[in-house]
Amino acid sequence: MAKYLLLKHYRGAPDPVNNVPMDQWSPEEISAHMQYMNDFAARLEKTGEFVDGKALAPEGEWVRYDGEGRPPVTDGPFAETKDLIAGWMIIDVDSHERAVELAGELSAAPGKDGKPIHEWLELRPFLTEKPSTTECPHR
Amino acid sequence: MNEVLLRSLIPSVLTVLVRRGADFAAAEDAVQDALVEALRVWPADQPRDAKGWLITVAWRKFLDATRADAARRRREERVEEEPAPGPAPAVDDTLQLYFLCAHPSLTPASAVALTLRAVGGLTTRQIAAAYLVPEATMAQRISRAKRTVSDVGVSPALGAPPGRRLGEKPRARGRFDQPGDVATVLRVLYLVFNEGYSGDVDLAAEAIRLTRELAARIDHPEVAGLLALMLLHHARRAARTAPDGSLVPLAEQDRGRWDTALIAEGIGILQRALARDRLGEFQAQAAIAALHADAPTAEETDWVQIVEWYDELTRLTDSPVVRLNRAVAVGEADGPRAGLAALAELDASLPRHTAVAAYLHERDGDLATAARLYAEAAHKAPNLAERTHLTRQAARLNTRGRH
Repeated sequence: MAKYLLLKHYRGAPDPVNNVPMDQWSPEEISAHMQYMNDFAARLEKTGEFVDGKALAPEGEWVRYDGEGRPPVTDGPFAETKDLIAGWMIIDVDSHERAVELAGELSAAPGKDGKPIHEWLELRPFLTEKPSTTECPHR
Repeated sequence: MNEVLLRSLIPSVLTVLVRRGADFAAAEDAVQDALVEALRVWPADQPRDAKGWLITVAWRKFLDATRADAARRRREERVEEEPAPGPAPAVDDTLQLYFLCAHPSLTPASAVALTLRAVGGLTTRQIAAAYLVPEATMAQRISRAKRTVSDVGVSPALGAPPGRRLGEKPRARGRFDQPGDVATVLRVLYLVFNEGYSGDVDLAAEAIRLTRELAARIDHPEVAGLLALMLLHHARRAARTAPDGSLVPLAEQDRGRWDTALIAEGIGILQRALARDRLGEFQAQAAIAALHADAPTAEETDWVQIVEWYDELTRLTDSPVVRLNRAVAVGEADGPRAGLAALAELDASLPRHTAVAAYLHERDGDLATAARLYAEAAHKAPNLAERTHLTRQAARLNTRGRH
């Protein structure tokens, strides 16, 4: 099994096909969208492939160390930041093909007029901690 | 409480329930419930007859679950006729359990999870922690696996249990059936071994325990070969990782930290298996591990023989990964140029191809190329430890002469 991160972006992904922002949808369309996401996660739990899923607030800030004895510096949020993560789902699947298939399904969540959004999701494999024991026999 | 002892009883308790007429999926759930109760109760009050306790509790859990299930009313009536819990029969169905849990209709991940629970006696929580998934996800993976094997068929050997009424349908599903293919069981145990150590369960040690149990029940050179392979790799475990968690390559390992008792045992098992002249891939892999384990120093490694074993292994598996590892061995036996020539015949997109190329170029004295390839290999590394190791190799070459 291999773990993959499905990243959903507020900004930074190529435009979806059904490109109407959520605040222009009807409340029922929003409910249908949320229901689709919840059902998707529930289904993956049933297939034994679900690991985690969380949403992120769109507003955040940058933080960095500012030297010994000084509080960290904060900055932002920057309206111009290109890439803004909206949330993630982590799946544990048998193959890369399966990960792509599931990302495709998630991207079909309904949006305006109940039609699939076709939004772009970013699919990133996890690095494991260590190689498996017999993988590198000269080790 | 001895948790390993407790775990070792689980498969025989499960097979007793199935022999008494419980279907596999329900019996397995009942045994898991009994196991969880044992883990809770035993530390304060361990029963004298541990197995008898487990059978009694598991059978009670099974009856409770069956009674609670109104839709299974007819089965309940039948169950009431089953003999009262008594001494366990002497028949050992554990081998059939291994085959069922590694059934070819299961995905590798499902077979691993089911084997660890039903044969290994681990709790769902422990298995979930070891594979870094939520407990609910692992529970679903296991119950799907049980549904899959429940459809597999019936064992003519076990037949219909006593107490079945005329006209009743035979309980055909989920019984231990065909003897199965040893190779599928070995693949599952190999996967468990390679998972190593995470969560609170040492899966490598657990895989060794399960392979030992299997080897005690079936006389097969590849089972012995896999056990030898595991022991020989496990013997080097302490030396393979530095205190900071970084990888220590074989040539740089402190051989004084290798477990010589495990090595001796592994070599003994391997020699007896090889003497039977039925070579298989696990015996060949174990032979390579044995040649490494047997060398007093890295320089004294018998690379010529290792290349010969890789030739055998290539013949047995025709795996590109084996050919890649062979190129490394050729580089040691016949020099880096020969290794690079062997590497040139392989698909450059193979995992670790770039890392091997970097190593062979360094050995050949082309340090600039080696440094560039190490950095490239680090970028492609499939895990953190290898990425860090390869980045260090690149850094070492890039900063040479600067300190």
